[in-house]
Amino acid sequence: MGLLSGKNKEVLTGPLSKNNPVIVQMLGICSALAVTSKLEPSIVMGLSVTAVVAFANVIISLLRNTIPNRIRIIVQLVVCAALVTIISEVLKAFAYDVNKQLSVFVGLIITNCILMGRLEAFALGNSPWESFLDGIGNGLGYGIILVIVGFFRELLGSGTLLGLQVIPQAFYDFGYVNNGLMILPPMALIVVAVIIWVHRSRNKDLQEN
Amino acid sequence: MEELLSTFVRSVFVENMIFAYYLGMCSFLAVSKNVKTALGLGTAVTFILVCTLPINYLLENYILKEGALSWLGDRFTQVNLSFLSLLIFIAVIASFTQLVEMVVEKFAPALYASLGIFLPLIAVNCAILGGSLFMQQKAFANVGIASVYGLGSGIGWLLAIVGMAAIREKLAYSDIPKPLKGLGITFIITGLMGIGFMCFSGLKI
Repeated sequence: MGLLSGKNKEVLTGPLSKNNPVIVQMLGICSALAVTSKLEPSIVMGLSVTAVVAFANVIISLLRNTIPNRIRIIVQLVVCAALVTIISEVLKAFAYDVNKQLSVFVGLIITNCILMGRLEAFALGNSPWESFLDGIGNGLGYGIILVIVGFFRELLGSGTLLGLQVIPQAFYDFGYVNNGLMILPPMALIVVAVIIWVHRSRNKDLQEN
Repeated sequence: MEELLSTFVRSVFVENMIFAYYLGMCSFLAVSKNVKTALGLGTAVTFILVCTLPINYLLENYILKEGALSWLGDRFTQVNLSFLSLLIFIAVIASFTQLVEMVVEKFAPALYASLGIFLPLIAVNCAILGGSLFMQQKAFANVGIASVYGLGSGIGWLLAIVGMAAIREKLAYSDIPKPLKGLGITFIITGLMGIGFMCFSGLKI
């Protein structure tokens, strides 16, 4: 049994596309939409969520045989809240500007449904190493969607990527104008809808009737 | 009085939890399939927001904020417990949800049955925690304004989910491209409703 045997690989890579937390399982949508008007906060948010989900999964998985069933939600919330507090203090110390942009959404990782969903559905019934991989996989699957949405919104909305100008000045001289609508909140929903559309037309078995 | 009214109108229309901040999207998407359950969940969310925001406001201002403990004596003026706010807020919300669940189960069993699983799930509804975190960020002047902000956010959320449910009920008869059915079209409609709500953004009283 290698550490990355067939089943573990499936656990890790499944959430990236086929079983993506945001566009298939419908989890963690709130924060996925709100922080994506620029690419940089999207990346930071993706990494923070990955870290929290992975470690929360490991902790709950280690404790899974000792937590009484009745109070498990409270235990999970406390573990998540502690981890999120750590992450938010780290961000405040090392990435203050991004932390300001993310505002309340760092705190809202606690109520991110991916977290509770994975803890309930996976960590309570699996060993720590598998739970860790599951956490990483789901965190990255969430991150990918954030990065795609952030990429298009920043590129079309401000003509920049990570704050650097990518659309050459010559375009603007010809009359190209940034699409200000892309910066506004509602467009995040529509970009995600387009991603869902593309994803479902390629994976026919996910379509709803 | 004027400030109360303007906070209320702002939180319902301009800073709508769903269309401006996307808070509570998960339950918004999952429960907006018919108007009746949407109305029930919206009422429950409003109620919990109205109850937890003043409690969290008082906790924030008399215990957690920097210098908030000065009423205990001079030695405590330097204490800053704000790093604990996430833990405290989520604990208040979770216990309050539990309390409401027990009260509703005892005194209104019919409502309890119709809400079912959604009642306990409110504890992890981001709109509730979001309300408390925004309250912390905006630093309201007194507890009255904080309660009105809670009420307004709740009603805004209720308005959004009921509107969405009404549209989705009608949507059953329309011809939508197959990959877009269900989740996809719901996202697009929410986006369009959001654009509609943006026309309130200049609103001032």
